[in-house]
This record gives sequence, C-alpha cells and structure tokens, in this order.
Amino acid sequence: MSKLRILVPVKRVIDYAVKPRVNKAQTAVETNGVKHSMNPFDELSIEEAVRLRERKKQPVEDILAFSAGPAKSQDILRTAMAMGADRGIHVVEEKTELEPLSVAKLLQKVAEQEKSNLIILGKQSIDDDANQTGQMLAGLLNWPQATQASKVEIENDECTVTREVDGGVETLKAKLPMIITTDLRLNEPRYASLPNIMKAKKKPLEKKTLADFGVSSEKRLKTLKVEEPAARQGGGKVDDVDGMIGKLKELGAI
Amino acid sequence: MPVIHRAIPALRRLRLSNTAFQQQSRLQPRPAQVLRPASQIVQLRHQHNNTEKAEASTSAGGADHSPQEQPDRPQSKIKYTSESYPNLKRDSRFKEVTADDVKFFRGLLGEGSAVLDGVTQKTGEEDFEAYNADWMRKYRGQCRLVLKPETTEHVSKILKYCNDNLLAVTPQGGNTGLVGGSVPVFDEIVLSLSKLNTVRSFDDVSGVLVADAGVILQQADDYVAQHNHIFPLDLGAKGTCQIGANVATNAGGLRLLRYGSMHGNILGLEVVLPDGTVMDDLGTLRKNNTGYDLKQLFIGAEGTIGVITAISILCPQRSPAVNVAYFGLESYEKVQEAFKEAKKQLSEILSAFELMDHQSQDLYRQASGAKLPLENDYPFYCLIETSGSNTDHDSEKLNNFLEHVMGEEIVQDGVVAQDETQLQSLWACREGISEAGQHFGGVYKYDLSIPLGQLYDLVIETRERFQKNGLMGDSDDFPVKEVIGYGHMGDSNLHLNVATRRYDKEVEKAIEPWVYEWVSKRNGSISAEHGLGLAKKEFIGYSRSETMIALMKGVKGLYDPNGIMNPYKYI
Ligand SMILES: Cc1cc2nc3c(=O)[nH]c(=O)nc-3n(C[C@H](O)[C@H](O)[C@H](O)COP(=O)(O)OP(=O)(O)OC[C@H]3O[C@@H](n4cnc5c(N)ncnc54)[C@H](O)[C@@H]3O)c2cc1C
Repeated sequence: MSKLRILVPVKRVIDYAVKPRVNKAQTAVETNGVKHSMNPFDELSIEEAVRLRERKKQPVEDILAFSAGPAKSQDILRTAMAMGADRGIHVVEEKTELEPLSVAKLLQKVAEQEKSNLIILGKQSIDDDANQTGQMLAGLLNWPQATQASKVEIENDECTVTREVDGGVETLKAKLPMIITTDLRLNEPRYASLPNIMKAKKKPLEKKTLADFGVSSEKRLKTLKVEEPAARQGGGKVDDVDGMIGKLKELGAI
Repeated sequence: MPVIHRAIPALRRLRLSNTAFQQQSRLQPRPAQVLRPASQIVQLRHQHNNTEKAEASTSAGGADHSPQEQPDRPQSKIKYTSESYPNLKRDSRFKEVTADDVKFFRGLLGEGSAVLDGVTQKTGEEDFEAYNADWMRKYRGQCRLVLKPETTEHVSKILKYCNDNLLAVTPQGGNTGLVGGSVPVFDEIVLSLSKLNTVRSFDDVSGVLVADAGVILQQADDYVAQHNHIFPLDLGAKGTCQIGANVATNAGGLRLLRYGSMHGNILGLEVVLPDGTVMDDLGTLRKNNTGYDLKQLFIGAEGTIGVITAISILCPQRSPAVNVAYFGLESYEKVQEAFKEAKKQLSEILSAFELMDHQSQDLYRQASGAKLPLENDYPFYCLIETSGSNTDHDSEKLNNFLEHVMGEEIVQDGVVAQDETQLQSLWACREGISEAGQHFGGVYKYDLSIPLGQLYDLVIETRERFQKNGLMGDSDDFPVKEVIGYGHMGDSNLHLNVATRRYDKEVEKAIEPWVYEWVSKRNGSISAEHGLGLAKKEFIGYSRSETMIALMKGVKGLYDPNGIMNPYKYI
C-alpha cells in the first residue's frame, strides 16, 4: 500500500456572498475592492484531503496546496494550510487570468515533480464556471478520474467514489493514481482555528513562475463582452384582496 | 470571462445549513423555511404566524400569564393583556371608536387598505392579530381599528381628531418590540407607520439620511449601502423593525460599541404631537446649540408623547474590510482581559465585542441543530468583529491581536471567518440565542446594564437560585431548562434569559423583583436597550428616582395633556 501524496489546487475568487458587478467597459467582472475568498469547491477539496489523513485508512504523507494567480493568492494558500495542508506552491501570475488548459498543464508538471498520486480539485471555480481543469488534467496525465464526488473512500490503493448523477448516485472504483473533483455534498469544511492559523504561518510556501514549469499564459479564447442578466421587472403592489383578485383576473390566472 | 452566476454557492450554503434544518423540521415542520441558509434563521422568525412559540416573555411584571399554551398546541390563542394584568382597567375617559369616527378616517385616508375597520365591518379578529399580538405572543390587545397614514399631514389630522375626541392611540412600527409597548392594551387605535416609508434624501458627502419613520431598517441599510455607507444600528430584527420605531425605542443593538447611540446619531426628527402640531426639527446639522434639544425627548419615549414621522440620521462610511473571530475562554476574568486587549490593539477597527456563555451556545446548538465553531467546550465564548477601510492594515492588526491573546493564553481556542458565509455562521451563533431561548417553551428575558466587573455574577447567582429552589433540572419535571447569559459586552449590556419548558408562576416569583433589586444595588439599569413598555412598568423605580419619575410625568403631561398616546404603558 503506497502513501498518499495529495495535490490540491485552490483558487482565489470573488467571495460567493458578494454580488458581482460588471465593469464599465463590459469586459470583465469588477474585482477591485471586492472581497475575495477561496473558491468554495476548493475548500471542500482541502477538507477532504485532511479527512483522508484523519481517517487513517491509508496513510497520507503529504498534502500540497497549489495556487496560480496574483500575490494575494497567498492568503488562500495560508487558509488551506490552516485547514491542514502541509505546504504550498504559489505560481505568481499578476497579469493574465489563466485558462483551464494552462492550469491543467501546470498541475501536470507539479504532480510529476511532486510524485502526487491523488489530485483533488473543485469541480469548477465559481468565477468562470468552466468545469474543465480536472478533466483536462486527467487527460494530460492519463489517469482515471471521478468527477463531482459526494463521497470518497480510499483503502489499499483503491478509490471508491460516489457521485451524484441525475436522479440517483453512481459509485465508481479505480486504482491510484487518481483525479477526483468535488461537489457540494462531499463534506462540510472546517473553520480555520487560531492555533492552526498560527502554525500555517510557519509552513513552507514556495514561490514559482510560469516559466519554471515551461507553461505560457497565452490565451486561446477572447472575451467579447460581459453583461449582467436583464434586470427583473419590478412587481406591482395591490391595495387589498379585491385588488389582487382583479389583477389575477386581468392576467387570466383565475 | 463569462457572466458569473452564483447558484452553486447558494446551494452550498443551503446544504451547510441542512443539518440545522433537518433537526428543526423534526421538531416542527416548516416547509417554506427549509430552503433558507442558517444565517437567515434569525431574520425569518420575526413573523407573527410563528407557530412553535408558546408562552414566551420578557419580565412578566407581576402579571398573571397562567398556562395558556402548551408547546404541542402551538396555534392556541394568546391571552388578552387585560386578563393577564387584571389590575389594569380601561380608562373610562377614552371614547370607544364609533361609525362616525371610522367615517372621518375613511374620508381622510380613502377606502383602500389604509383603514382596517372592525367597527363598522365584519372584519374577523384574525385580521387584527398581527396588530394586537406582540412578537413574543405574550401581549394581546383588542383594537378594532388600524390606521395606516401615508403622509405626515395624515398623521397630524388623525392625532388632532383623536385628541379632540379622546380616542386613545398606540403607534406601531414593525411590532418587534420586546416589552409589550407596541400593541394596544384595550381598544386603542393602532397607528401603523408602515405606509410612511420613503427615503427622502441621502447626501453622500455628509452621510446624512433623511427618511420616513416607516422605512424598514434593512431597507434603510440597503439604501445607504449603495452609497457605501452604513446605517449606524444593526439588530436581529432588522428585516421587520422600522427606523422611526428604532428611534422611539432608542434601540442599541450590535454595533453601538462602534457607532454610538441614537442620541448622538440622530440629527433631526419630524414629530407629530398629540394635538396635531408638527414639530419640524428635521435638521441635518451636527452642531446646533440653540436652546433645549427637544428631539432628544422623543428618542426612547416609546410613543408616549408624539409620533415620529421622519428621521435625519448620520450614517458612517461602510467598511469594506470586515473580519469576525470567535473565541473560547476559560473564565469571565479572561473575557474581560480579552476585551481590554481588543480595545487596546484593535482600537478604531473594533466594531463588536459580544459575550456568550457556554449555556447559551449549548442551547443554541440544541435549538438550531447547528454545529458550534470550536471542537471543545469552554465556559465562555466571545465574538469579535473588526471593520476598517484597508484589508491589509486590519489583517495585520487582527493577526497581532490574535497572536497575543493566544500566546498569553487569554483565549483557549478560536476561529477566524475565512469567507462571508463563515462570517455569517459565526454571527448566527450570537444572533440565534434570542430565538433559542424560547425554543423549548418560554423564556424570561432581562435586558440589563451592569458594571462590567460584576456583569456575569448575576448569571451565576440566578443559576444558583434555580438550582437551590429545585425549579431547574434536566427532565420535564422542572420548569426551568437553563439560565443563560449573553449580550453586548462592549456596552456592559447583559441579556439574562431564563429558558423554560413551560410557564410557571413560581419561576417568575423566584426571580422578580430579586433581579431588579440586584441590579439596582449595583447602580445598573433594569432596561439597557429594550425599553419599559408594559413589561417593566412597575419596576422603573429600581432605575429612576422619585424626582426623575415626577419630572418625566411632567413632560408627559405637557406634551400629551389628554394622555391619549400609548396609554397604560410605563408612564
Ligand atoms: C430577534 C430580536 C432581536 C432584537 N434585538 C435588539 C437589540 O439588539 N437591541 C435593541 O435595542 N432591541 C432589540 N430588539 C427589540 C426591537 O427590535 C427594537 O425595540 C426595535 O427598535 C422595535 O422596532 P419596531 O419597528 O418593531 O417597533 P414596535 O415594536 O412596533 O414599537 C416599539 C415601540 O415604539 C413605539 N413606536 C413605534 N413607531 C413609532 C413612531 N413612529 N413614533 C413614536 N413611537 C413609535 C411603539 O408604540 C412601541 O412603544 C430585538 C427584537 C427581536 C425580535
């Protein structure tokens, strides 16, 4: 039975409780001065990695959190380490928003260098909703993958993953190495506790560049326009029950 | 980048709170609410048709609230206030509402929904329930006429008519008051401010908001939030309560520590006096030393000398950087130390310091089914919030503070919210206590100001009392389930709640007036922020001298010589 070396990519995105606004030029969502947090699906990934270690069924040797993005992504990596990741790698990229394929290529290199045998990714990040990185990475590495996991069990190098599909659940089994992407029901991420936040400050965090991995930030897609959804038409107020009945009749509802 | 849509995270929040709701729905099914995130639990409960609530009360004030409901018979009627307070008699000077009166009001307000008339029409009692019964389902009046004016002029004409004809009036906002002040006792006309609800102006240079009294607090805050400002008051009932009523009760709430009280933030008021006079003091000046500051009298008057129709209030800049931490501590001494350190190290960014004892958190856990943030149990918990303008600056300060209180072992354990949802879940641990207090049957609520050093002694002594007198225990044989202490530590404001399984006269006798004597001996206040209303009417003497009460009566007589404004209440 091998020891698990888990790689968990995490992304810094606009906090999902914040209502996003499109910028004036309609080219992107306004990110200046907006609260950012860890992509919620990635929180699930970290939590699952830590739980695998706590369950002690198959020993976990290393949990590596990885992020590519601006300097502030470090905050997210520290959070990941406060939740239980052992160390972090940060590929600093200030200018360009990387496309899923670039991220997948980065992860491929990291996984090879770090001898990872399990990669847990969020099924998508809530800013671009691409839902591609995990699948592309599985292709690049030629590993088996189980997407949208709601339950993960690993014993004797064998992963059993339950995933929710339309109208039921599907259970898959595969040997390590393995790619898993997480879905909502997988677990409930823990709070970062104070002692662990302190400890996380001392955990190793390596800074790298795209060039270190021979990956370019070149884009294959061009965003033409970003638009807000059409504003909802405001409702009208009726004065009393008679008014309501009148209105419903007018609309042919009764 | 494609358009972001946020359905997924919303779903996730939903799921996170699922455990809480499964638990709850087992206790009492409430299908519509199963789909809301935990952070909204508090907000949602502010509805009158809240079925689970049995007899729940703040101080019962010597009243006879004999067993009126069982928790398992939730829909049964609330007892009339006139029955629970047999000593209160309807003042015979007041006229009963007649068809002619209704005609006058209809002529003024129109035939629409601005008049709810049970005098000339066969309007059922249920239609009046929302106006007659209070939020705690403890007080119930017998009004048969509700008026909903849409302008200040309406209010003026209504009051003048009532004053001339000796018709008694109860002003009503969102009816979330916790002392029985917002509902009639007998057949007083309810004057609801709910249709007087427009924002009149906002100046984003000075931050001054001028708005009608009936604007709901949440809406006022949302409005100024668009301009990056914040309404300087926040409380659990914000989705229902009204800003005019917040002024009328001088509400304190969660951020008083940071933004100060209504007495400082209110720059002007428009008030209609009982004789119809409109006192237009709706200034927007911060400084105005020209004689008596009359508006101050209406702040906290609880509708006894006039009706507030509009307010002018100073709103601070909204802080873009907000952090929340939740601590476990081993003693009340450590809580005080943590508070001192927070003031010292977080100084201008500290925006809330809330205290919760273990019993309060345990009760919240039992009632909501929510998981508590820390793994182990501690005798005390605190919630700290910081609000500032610069995330990096705040984080650095907060980190230093956290390192210090952990390093010095002032706090035993703690968590820091890493995102907005965690932030809201941590707040729910504090805001959900009020609801949890009455979840198991009923609650006696005491809202007290006590010097910080002695603040928690009262909770310990109260608990001892109930242990000794045999009224508190783990099984259904005992009426008292738990004594909990929590509150706005930063303002020396303790909420002492006795959570009960059912109403029992013995419980009330064991604690009243003992609790008021206790507070009075320490120069505290028997009502820190909820007011007096009807509930604390008899006990005002514990916090105010004869002279003060006489002076207050003088003011009442001056402004409301006929006594039509919110009669039978504290004054
Ligand atoms: C869950 C919960 C949490 C709460 N938390 C807090 C808290 O943290 N701090 C706090 O201070 N209170 C708190 N309260 C109490 C309550 O919400 C406040 O007292 C609030 O200000 C009442 O607003 P309302 O619109 O519901 O007023 P109502 O309950 O309708 O009226 C309150 C009083 O004001 C009078 N009044 C109403 N409108 C006017 C007016 N326009 N002119 C003159 N008089 C008027 C009424 O006659 C009555 O006496 C809480 C209540 C709940 C249910």
